[in-house]
Amino acid sequence: MLRLADHLENQIREHGAKDYPNECCGAMLGTDGDAGREVRSLFPLINRRDDSPRNRFSITPEDFRAAERAAAEHGLDLLGWYHSHPDHPARPSEFDREHAWPWYSYVIVSVQAGAPKDLTSWRLDDDRTQFQPEEVAPVRAASRGTQG
Amino acid sequence: MAVKVLIPTPLRQFTDKRTSIECSAATVGEALGSLTSSFAELRKHLYTEDGRIRSFVNVYLNDEDIRFLDKENTRTKDGDTISIVPSIAGGSPAAAR
Repeated sequence: MLRLADHLENQIREHGAKDYPNECCGAMLGTDGDAGREVRSLFPLINRRDDSPRNRFSITPEDFRAAERAAAEHGLDLLGWYHSHPDHPARPSEFDREHAWPWYSYVIVSVQAGAPKDLTSWRLDDDRTQFQPEEVAPVRAASRGTQG
Repeated sequence: MAVKVLIPTPLRQFTDKRTSIECSAATVGEALGSLTSSFAELRKHLYTEDGRIRSFVNVYLNDEDIRFLDKENTRTKDGDTISIVPSIAGGSPAAAR
């Protein structure tokens, strides 16, 4: 299960709408432990895939390292990545699977004619053969302690 | 040379959840070899079956991609940091255009 506060989910949706008809992308920073996985902040990135930005996204090693540094500075982990599928469903493509890593959460938001719609999350099996859906749950105030 | 290797989150399950590993190595290749000797499960995620670094894995020595240095033969010095950086990409089902 991936816990994602409403305001962060809305931030992903808004990023998808803003970058439409191109794909948006960004990193998700948070905590992962016995209590589960929770996104605490987002690190929006620029889609570097200049030759085909409407249906591909790419994150450079420099952007990756910047996201990792941001996570470390806040005592968080780099939990995964989000991106949009303009005018396509919020399901991972074969291209997504081929380029994914186990452990990370991959959030996809479908943006239809400029309006954000479904938002889903996926985890790749350890043998890299297929994605499994990951439930996205809102953050309850009790689980956030003083930050609720 | 004492160097530090930073482990990205997907691979920490193979390093007892450690975020970085210190080791002694004269080259980047030696450092990665030391790492995969200590944590054998890492090997298949970093290397192809014929022993080359996977194309989806980038390796940095401090702020430089080793592809633009001397690759795995890049020499290290005391205090260097080696970063393992996974390539991140994806996209919708539509063919690239």
